[in-house]
Formats: sequence, C-alpha cells, structure tokens
Amino acid sequence: MTARISRWPGIELRAADLIEGKVTQTRFRPDAKYAWSAGEAMSRFLEELQNGRFIARTCHKCERILFPPRMFCEECFRPTDEWTFIQDTGTIETFSVSYLDTDAKRIVEPILVGVVSLDGASPKMGMMHYFGEMTKEEIRIGMRVKAEWKPPGDRRGSVLDIRYFRPLRED
Amino acid sequence: MRVGIIGIGMTAFRPSTPEYNWKELMFEAASRAYADAAINPREDVDSFITCAEDYYEGFGIFDEFVPDQLGAALRPTCTVSGDGLQGLANACMQIQTGLVDVAVVEAHSKASDVVTLDGVIEHALDPIWNKPLGAHPFVVAGLEADAYLRATRTTPKALAAVVAKNRRNGLRNPLAAYGAAVDADQAMRSEERFAPLRALDISNPADGCVVLVLASDRAAKKLHSNPVWIRGIGWASDSPSLETRDWTGATYARIAADMAYRLAKVRRPATDIDFAEVDDRFSYKELQHLEALGLAKKGEAGTRVVRGDYGADGRFPVNVSGGSLGCGNVFEATGLHRAAEVALQLRGDAGVRQLDGVRAGVAQSWRFIPSATGAVAVLGAGP
Amino acid sequence: MIGAGMTLFRRRLQETGKEMCFEATKMALDSAGLTRADVDMVVCGTAPDAFDGVAMKGEYLLDGSGGYRKPCTRVFTGGGTGVFSTIAGWWHVASGLADVVLVVNEEKMSSCQPHPQSVFANIWDPILDRPLKPNLVWIFAMEMNRYMTVYGVKKEDIARVAVKNKRNAVGHPCAQLADPNITVDDVLNSEVMAWPVQRLDISPPSDGASAVILASEDFIRKRRIKDRAWISGVGWCIDSTMWTDRDLVFPEYVARAAKHAYKMAKIDAPRRQIDFAEPYDPFDYKELHHLEGLLLADKGEAPVLTREGVTERDGKLPVCPSGGLLGVGNPIAATMGMKIGELFWQLTGQAGKRQIPHEVHTGVSQAWGDLMQYGSVVVMKG
Repeated sequence: MTARISRWPGIELRAADLIEGKVTQTRFRPDAKYAWSAGEAMSRFLEELQNGRFIARTCHKCERILFPPRMFCEECFRPTDEWTFIQDTGTIETFSVSYLDTDAKRIVEPILVGVVSLDGASPKMGMMHYFGEMTKEEIRIGMRVKAEWKPPGDRRGSVLDIRYFRPLRED
Repeated sequence: MRVGIIGIGMTAFRPSTPEYNWKELMFEAASRAYADAAINPREDVDSFITCAEDYYEGFGIFDEFVPDQLGAALRPTCTVSGDGLQGLANACMQIQTGLVDVAVVEAHSKASDVVTLDGVIEHALDPIWNKPLGAHPFVVAGLEADAYLRATRTTPKALAAVVAKNRRNGLRNPLAAYGAAVDADQAMRSEERFAPLRALDISNPADGCVVLVLASDRAAKKLHSNPVWIRGIGWASDSPSLETRDWTGATYARIAADMAYRLAKVRRPATDIDFAEVDDRFSYKELQHLEALGLAKKGEAGTRVVRGDYGADGRFPVNVSGGSLGCGNVFEATGLHRAAEVALQLRGDAGVRQLDGVRAGVAQSWRFIPSATGAVAVLGAGP
Repeated sequence: MIGAGMTLFRRRLQETGKEMCFEATKMALDSAGLTRADVDMVVCGTAPDAFDGVAMKGEYLLDGSGGYRKPCTRVFTGGGTGVFSTIAGWWHVASGLADVVLVVNEEKMSSCQPHPQSVFANIWDPILDRPLKPNLVWIFAMEMNRYMTVYGVKKEDIARVAVKNKRNAVGHPCAQLADPNITVDDVLNSEVMAWPVQRLDISPPSDGASAVILASEDFIRKRRIKDRAWISGVGWCIDSTMWTDRDLVFPEYVARAAKHAYKMAKIDAPRRQIDFAEPYDPFDYKELHHLEGLLLADKGEAPVLTREGVTERDGKLPVCPSGGLLGVGNPIAATMGMKIGELFWQLTGQAGKRQIPHEVHTGVSQAWGDLMQYGSVVVMKG
C-alpha cells in the first residue's frame, strides 16, 4: 500500500488463547431484560391468532389492507381506519432451507422457512413462518399454502399458534 | 443561514404506557409535531433523526424500528446514539449544509419496557476497570455529588431546594409524570441512597416521546412558520473513564456552552439569557450545570436556589417545566424535552407556566451515567 | 478526505475497542501529517453495542478516537454505518462548524461469547419474528433466493463474486480472508448453511477499526495538502420496518440513496461516469444486488457483468478492488476501511498492489444495513 504506512496494527488471537487463559480477560453477563408493551395493533393481532384468525387494518386513503396490522399507515402517515379479517391461505414469496439453528449450530434435519403473502391483504403483505408437509425438493416460490393451526386449547396468542404453512390442497 | 424550530410535539410523560407500544407512542408525538408545524412528513421533510440507544430499547439495531411511525419509510433517516440535543445539533448541521431544508428530530423513553433498568445502565460501565466492582451504577452520581458539594461548599439544603422547586413546578405542567407538593424538609429526610444523594434527589423513570421539526429560515418562510431560532448549539465529551475525568465541574457542559454561546454571540450569559432548562436528573446536577454554563458563579448556585432566585417567579427561572425531577427521567429524550420547553416559552405557548417577556433561553442536557457528555442549545424568540 | 488508516481485521484481536480506535486514528492522523490538536470534532460509527459488551459504546470508545474534550457524535445505522459515518462527518464540515473532522469506526465482535451470531437474535421484531428463533443467515438466504429466482441467476455467477473479492484481497495488508487460489468450485462445494447460502458465500465476523480524516477546502488549501479526494455526493435512505411486506428482489432504498448522491455529485449517467465501485458485500450475491441498486447495472444484469469480467480490478468497472468484506473481513462499521478508505487510496494513487491499472477519477461507495432496509452512498472524486 502507501509507502507512508509500514505497520498495520493488530495482534491476532486464537480461540485457544482465550480458553486456555493465555490472555488476561474479564467476563461479564449483562442484566438486560425487557418486556415490551405489545400496543394496540399487536395485542389484537395476537388475540386473533389465539382465535385461529389473521386480522389486518385498512387504510382508506391508499386503499391498502395492511398486514401485519398497524394503527398508522406508513405510506400516508395517518391513523388506519378499520379492522378486517383476511384469509389464512397465501403464496410463498421466498424461502430458505436452513441447516443452522438460532445459535448458528448445525442441524441435520433442515428447517424450511420463508415469507408467505396472505390472501385478502394487499399484494405482498406477508409474514415469516415455517413450512411443513413438504420436502426441500418440493418447496418453491409461488407455491400456494395454508396455515396449519394448533388445536384451540394449545394456542397462546403467538405466531407459534400456527405450526407451519403447508401446501394448499384443493378440496 | 439560520435554523429554527417550527414544530413541537410531545406525549405526556407517564410512569408507564402499557396501552402503547413504542411505535404508537412515537406516532402520537410525531403527529402532534407535524400538526403544529402544519407539514406533511411524506412530502415536506428531507431528513429524519432519531436519538436512541439499543440497550434502552432492547433491540440489537433499534434503527430498524423507527421509520414507519415518523413518516420516514423510504426517506433519509438515521440514528444518532446520543441525547436529543445531540440529535438537534446534527439536524442543525444537516440544514446548514444546504442539502436539507426541513429536518425532524425524535427521541423517546419507554423505560417501562425495561425490566432491569439498573442492569442496563450498569452495562455502560467500563468492563475492565469498573464492572468488576459490582457497584450500583448510581454510585457514580453519589461520588460526583460528594465531590461537587465539597468543592463548591454547597449544602444539602440546596439540593433539597432544587427537589422541592422542580417537583412543585411539575404540578403546573400537564405533561409531567411526577409533579408533587414536595417540600425541602421532606427531601432532606428522605432515605439515603447513594450518599449524599437521597431518594428524592433522584428522578424517576418515565415514558414519553418528543418530536421537533426544524427548518432553514428559507423553508420556514415558505411554510409561513414562526420559528424559534436555534441561535447556537454546542456539545462535548470529557473523558469517558471515571479515573481521568473532572469530578466537580461538569467540564463537558462548560465546553459545550462555550461553543453554543460563541455561535449565538452571547458574551455575558448571566445577563443575555433569561431562563434555563438544565439537566437535573440528580438534584445536584442542576446546580453543577448552572455553574458550568456560567449562569452562576462557582459555588453560588446552591445559595441562589435556596434564596429562591431560580423559582418560577424568581430572578432567573430554572426548570420551570419541572425538570426531570418533576417530569420524569425520559433518558435520551431529556435534552429534546428541555429544548421543547424553552421553545414553548419563547413562543408564548407555555400555558400556566408562561414566563413573561422572555427572549432568550438555554436548554442543556447530559447523557446520564456513566457518561461525561452533554450538549447546550441557545434558543431565541423571532423574528 | 485527507487521510485514512485501519487495523488488521481478524476473527479476534487482542486490542480492546479503545486501543483499536487509537491505532486506526493515529494512523489516519499520521498519514495526513496532523495531530489531535488539529481536529475540531469527532464522529464515531459503530454497530450493535452488544458485540463489544458495553452499552452506550460510543461513550466508551471516544477517548481512543481522539474525542477527549471535543464535540463527539456517534451515528449508528446498522451495517449502513460503514459508509454513513462518513456522511455524518461530511455534514460536520460542510455545515461550516468544523474544519477538520475525524471519523472513526470500530467493531469488536469477538468479545461476544459464545459467538457474535447470538446478538443477531435481537434484531428481529419480538412478536412477529423472534418466536420463530430466526438465524440471521435466513433473511439473506430468503433475499438471495428471491433474487436468483426472479432473474434466473445461477449460483456459479454469484460464486464468482466471492472468488473475485477473496483474490482481490490478496493485495490488502489487513485482509483476514484473502485467498489467491480460491475457485468457483470451492464456493459451490462449501457446506450449505441455509440454502441457497453456502459457507464461502458469507463474510464471517471480525474485530477491527478504521479511521478517515475530513477537512474543509480552506484547510486543505492553507495547509497545501496534496493527497486528497473530494466527497462530491452523499445519500442515505431507510425502508419500512415491515420487511415481510416488501419484495426483496430489488433494494429500492439503495437506489434512492444513490439517486440523491448522484444528483449532488452532478452525475446523470452513473454507468458512464462512475469509474469504480465499493458496494457492500457481506454476502457475494449482495454485491450484485447492490450494483443494481446503485444503478450501475440493469435489474438482473449484474451477474452478467461479473461473468464477463467487467467488474474485475482490470475490467471496465472495477468492483470491490479492495477485496471487500468477503476478502478483507466484516467488522461491520469498521468496513469503512474498505468502502470509504479504498476510494481514498485508489483516488490518491496509494492503493499499492490493489491500484486499479487504469486511471480512475470517480468512485462510489455503498453500505447496507438493518432488516434489508438501509442504504448509505458516498461518491468521491479525485
């Protein structure tokens, strides 16, 4: 690089240096716990999930049906107008076949996860969720899917009240 | 080119806001500010700045959760990890480049969402030198209060006078969370917490959001606004290390004030400025800051507050809003709240708290424990 | 811009965050022949506090960054910070309030145990996303899949980016991941993390710091500073939080930021007028995604340009001549060293082994961040 800079600072360490105590170190575990108020929109959203339904909000100005629901339209910057239920069927917008869990640990059975845009909401309005009852060879963008709900007694008011989205079977 | 405040929006400050999530709280304050400024954020705003710290919010990158409720989706937006007045300083600079005409600054506290507030504050301590001591982070305030009282010969009675003044001032502020008819005796007898600081010397956390709309003078004219001018702004940081900083004089506030006064062409702050809103999150801070700002001689602030000089009807009203002791500690929104109060006073919109004939005010904030960082703004009434 | 410096980028460095800042800052000051006394203000750019394990991290780092008793500002826009802090530094000078501003970016990801990955669990919405226990790689995989599917992009063409950048990095003295021999097959055979993302598609975490010095025209003239490059355009933009409502195929927020920067730099035909680019490349497909967002390639065309060698260091539009994040390392905000620093070194002819073999006058640098949300763009001219 430039003749002016001859020394590039930084002393590299290996993981072993830390584990074997070869470097002076200090450890600390922060005490940082939070309990966020869900707020108006998300509280109703969760309540309806427990009822086995998806609920959205409408904005009459831009004429969109917003999901996940929100009390203000980010496009028009005004309060949203009404609650409205949407369907629990939709289309896979994108997906991944993951061999990693949340702590970046390797797993053998992959998790199928992705984004589903939901019928009844404005185009592209979607949520992230797991996919089930399909193999990694079968999953594709554009697949029509339906939410597979847990039985009513097992629902807690959480996105996990849906087990996964599964292929929509035309009856 | 001048920069002015053309819109002010605040939610009430409350000990907790369980019915709102942080987005809805921000939407309310923003809606008020835009109504006050008579602007449409989707069309009239060039830049949005939010002042936030991840650990106060509980998110890895709080920036992500900001745009929609401010009207900033697909707009230039950024996070300044600092107090609201530091955000204000950056908005001013953006406007002074000529690139931005109208800027929005937001800051809020949703402290009620933080279950382990002390732990979060402790997490800002130096990991090598301070954390291992396992002391409560407010020990830092206790130590500084002790050093300040001894260096300036300020009495505990003076601290109590600050507490009584600001809690009572809070009674006349509809958005204050902790307005109360506290008297000095009560403050002096409250339980010792971090000696010499007692329970009533420490402001309690509150939730709340403040949004300000800033504009260049050209944009303010086009919008037919009546701005409160930001005549000068300054900010500075003393050493972050507890071991190497000035413990008595709030040097960060002095340096910040020097810069703000220079830009505002204020030569004799004690006479050129009519009133002040300064950080009082611990009672002694109000006095320490007044001295650092040159609004009181060193060692004099304590005597003056006891004498009543700083009361709402005194010679130099300080924290007529109620300060943080009266309104609540709204963390990063503190400085922005102070600026809003000064602006409301200069506009004649301070309701029951209105001070007569004020033309120039100072808003000052500190970035709380364990920092030695702060900012100062000098605001002036138009035209 | 009149000076720049950076530390080595490694998976873990012994230096503390403050020390890394000091090293980079001192290097930048030395390179411009300045001292701390010449500096008016300091801007710090650093990403999640959780990595370093100190809340209000900007306060903690400011003394190492030369900020003692000076006005200091910390900005934080997720991964966008690598370029955004320079934009903040720019407005500190362009406002007229400062003549000389230090911009210091730092990240110490190794402090986070057991693995910095776990910090990324906290960037998700607590109600909508976190219960699903998402891994950060998922969201990139989803975006990559969408991009590949919509434009019919083959993995081979994406892998070419990783190969190009890791080979380019051989010329970079700080590089963590340089590899002169890596091939497309190596990338395609590396383990699948979250399909379609494979291990060699990603830049792993790093420790590092970088610093640049910005000065006003007046100062540069008075001090007769010869090695300088001008910031001629800046732009920044954030998209809606609701990432599941957006089509991830095109980074609209990058395009808007780029348009602002180009307009300010008086560039109306970027493909003709930009000589080289440093887009953000934490994953190989991101370089392609961002080239299109920067309007340097049509939608779906970036892989073609790559395949044809246009983006090689000796090509018509060199992209990531530094070696990028894929080659040098990814200490989030400190990547300023490759994004902004590289522009400076190339434009002042100081890039040594990495110097682009033909003359370059105008470069564009871009960083990305948040939940597939943030674009920050800087155009610099020699």
